[in-house]
Amino acid sequence: MTDASAPARRAAARPDTLRLLLNNTLATAGLAIFALIVLIALAAPLLSLPDPDATAPVDRLLRPLADGHLLGTDALGRDILSRLIWGTRVSLLVGISATLIAAFFGSLIGLVAGYAGGRVDTLLMRGIDMVMAFPYILLALAIVAALGPGLLNALYAIAVVNIPFFARNIRGIALGLSRREFVDAARLSGKSNAQILFLEVLPNVLPVIIITMSTTIGWMILETAGLSFLGLGAQPPQADLGSMLGEGRKILFTAPHVSIIPGLMIFALVMSINLLGDGVRDVLDPRLKSGALTRPVARTAVAKGNMPDDVAPRRDAILDVRDLKTEFRFGGEVFKAVGGVDLHVGRGECLGIVGESGSGKSVSAMSIMGLVPTPPGRIAGGIALLDGENLFTATDERIRQLRGSAVSHVFQDPLSTLHPLFTVGAQLIEAIQAHRPLTKAQARAKAADLLKLVRIPNPAERLKSYPHELSGGMRQRICIAMALANDTKVIIADEPTTALDVTVQAQVLALLDALRREKNTGVLFITHDFGVVSAICDRVAVMYAGKFVETGTTEDVLKAPAHPYTAKLIDCVPVLGQPERRLDAIEGRPPVVNNLPDGCAFAPRCPRAKDDCSEAPIPLTELGENRTVRCLHPLSAEAANG
Amino acid sequence: MSAYIAKRLLAAIPVLFGLTVIVFLIMAMIPGDPATAILGSYATPENVARLNRQLGLDKTLVEQYVIWLGNMLQGDFGRSYTLNRPVIDEVMERFSATLVLAGTSLLLCSVFGLIAGVVSAVRQFSFTDKIITFVVLIGISVPSFWLGLLLILVFAVNLRWFPASGMFAIYGGGDLPDLLYHLALPAVTLAVVATGVIARLTRTAMLEVLRQDFIRTARAKGVTENAVIYRHAFKAALVTVIPVIGIQAGFVLGGAVYIETVFQWPGIGSMLVKAISTRDLLLVQGGVLVVAAAYVLFNLAADVVQTLLDPRLR
Repeated sequence: MTDASAPARRAAARPDTLRLLLNNTLATAGLAIFALIVLIALAAPLLSLPDPDATAPVDRLLRPLADGHLLGTDALGRDILSRLIWGTRVSLLVGISATLIAAFFGSLIGLVAGYAGGRVDTLLMRGIDMVMAFPYILLALAIVAALGPGLLNALYAIAVVNIPFFARNIRGIALGLSRREFVDAARLSGKSNAQILFLEVLPNVLPVIIITMSTTIGWMILETAGLSFLGLGAQPPQADLGSMLGEGRKILFTAPHVSIIPGLMIFALVMSINLLGDGVRDVLDPRLKSGALTRPVARTAVAKGNMPDDVAPRRDAILDVRDLKTEFRFGGEVFKAVGGVDLHVGRGECLGIVGESGSGKSVSAMSIMGLVPTPPGRIAGGIALLDGENLFTATDERIRQLRGSAVSHVFQDPLSTLHPLFTVGAQLIEAIQAHRPLTKAQARAKAADLLKLVRIPNPAERLKSYPHELSGGMRQRICIAMALANDTKVIIADEPTTALDVTVQAQVLALLDALRREKNTGVLFITHDFGVVSAICDRVAVMYAGKFVETGTTEDVLKAPAHPYTAKLIDCVPVLGQPERRLDAIEGRPPVVNNLPDGCAFAPRCPRAKDDCSEAPIPLTELGENRTVRCLHPLSAEAANG
Repeated sequence: MSAYIAKRLLAAIPVLFGLTVIVFLIMAMIPGDPATAILGSYATPENVARLNRQLGLDKTLVEQYVIWLGNMLQGDFGRSYTLNRPVIDEVMERFSATLVLAGTSLLLCSVFGLIAGVVSAVRQFSFTDKIITFVVLIGISVPSFWLGLLLILVFAVNLRWFPASGMFAIYGGGDLPDLLYHLALPAVTLAVVATGVIARLTRTAMLEVLRQDFIRTARAKGVTENAVIYRHAFKAALVTVIPVIGIQAGFVLGGAVYIETVFQWPGIGSMLVKAISTRDLLLVQGGVLVVAAAYVLFNLAADVVQTLLDPRLR
């Protein structure tokens, strides 16, 4: 179990891009090496180097560190250090020129194709596809073959074969931009297409052009050097790094330094550019910033030391959670998604947790079996007892055994929660075999039984289907069948009907309700819809900003909601024949949980808020048996008082 | 499935057609008069005109292309004037050697790239991950032709473990062990860059997949973590990596030009380099077309494998 990840921590302070880049040691090293090489190459005329082309047959093939020749001499007695620096100049110049040419023409094609769209786009992109259908170097070779060997021709060849990279990248961006409002506005203001393209679209595309250049320039230096190495680029007496390497190759066995040294220079140059390019990409890639490229571990991390250990479990509860706290860490900021939740589910009982998205209801449910992704999630405190067994202190292997056997899950979108590349049969069989030593044939028979149980016709056939071949309702039935594979004690259902249309939703709810009664399974049901709650839940807990604000039996809460938020949620349920009720959504948005107010988190959106609501934390108070509310001015109290 | 493969094969025809157009246009933009180039500067005008007629150069570009394409469809790629033999014979002979080299490299880079990428993703931010990431960076930055020279120096000259050049021993060679013995260094050198690219992509693909809902489902089922990673995540990641392996086939086939030159492998790459310096353009044209067509077929194969893995694409 790892803690908050390194890149997430880096992104936290949000410094400017350059500082971020310099924080990346490797990128900084790359920048330093590249700058050094460029500086030396630029300063070549000032360095009082020996003439790189001056031959001296007497001094031929001197080893490095020879007198007056730091890196030795080549087969004609020319000073290698001097040739190296002058050759680097040529290689850099050629590589950069090729990049600029490719960037210019590629971006132009991409801009025009993306902006014009339609037939122009198709025509240009087909042409680009054709060029890309060639193996990269081969096309360059064909061009050099036609134009004849020579440094300039090699430059053109490498530039041409790189045009598609720019054209494709830029086209994608330009396509998106040309549909944006500011382009429409420019068009309405009477600007010509060329003006719009170069004054409005181009500036927005420029960063992408620069990024593409930074990722291709190393490549182009490498490839032009390669052509020279083959004798198809720089021709003597002109020399770049590649041709030096190519000449040295002939005397590899007798004087390896003549070829090793220029190769090392190409390597250093390309490596430094790639290091820098990776750094730039890391800084700019939003996926790295958001932690979307961080691998979640198998189980949510649990902070040690905040766990009450001697809790007597409620006798009537199969699942008993006390003071659950789950938080997310993005860099230095802590988001307290769940801020102390108590809940319990009895055998055959259904507890609903209701709230808007972002209220922490899903995180509460996913915390129980450690399915909140870590990083960035972490269980910061509390205890969860399953039949008296502490789930937060259990071993990873024990949790694996309990998952899918004692506690199973049904998730929201059955299309994304089922593996797209396995048949539903394979996935069901896997769920069965994960916990029972059955043969494949036995497990298959059991899987077919499960499909029958969830009222899927033609089970044996259906087992061979892939998820995308089934309807949404059918897929969710498969998920429910999977949850029932191993006589589970508790089903945690996280918005299982939200992705389904209303009639299918009713069927799935009825099925879930019947099955839990049949099998005496406890259900923890997460939803944002009070309509769904009334259909299936015995008791309900209303959640807001990581805390329960009201609990009670479904009947009581629906009849007389005590918390103003509960009342608002109930008002959101559409009623047949009263379409205007649906418009009564709750104004405002739920608060971000990294900086919650001391008092009631709902106060800013609450029509009944008074000054005292924001002063101090508000405790959960008992209204009656099995009925609590976290409000200083509850609705039902008012109703009771008159 | 076979219908799908047939459809993909049909779709490849316009691409192959496009390749011929591009190669034809490149060859047509050769500056100067090919007849003069072939006959040399002492050719008489009558000879030049006669050769032009022979080569069909007095016709329009479109006519020339149609004749040219028609000839090639019948297997007539012309005659190499330096080797004095039909281009198609030379190209096919050379291409089989390239296929052995490039195929081995593609296998190596797929296997090692996938392993490195998966290990790197599974142990993200660990020491192993950092080492792999750095080695991969070196791999994609190193000039392959230079790496080949280094390997020759170390493993052929100093250690004498492997031969420095050739495909078979001159005396008594020709069997499979001899081929593998000669293949080791060039195949490894050629595979290095592609291994790096595949490793990188696999790492990213694995990390992306491990965030998906269906991975959470697998964990919620109580499947072991190994099965989660190697069955559920790897299969899904493979779907994104396979097309890239197809693209790498192009880089491997192209990179063979360097490696064959360095190791004197008798393949199409070294043939092309020689043909370009001797201006044997028919040989260049034939070689480029055959390799490009092979690349299209490699990509086609990658498409088919991807479709076999992903039922949604069928």
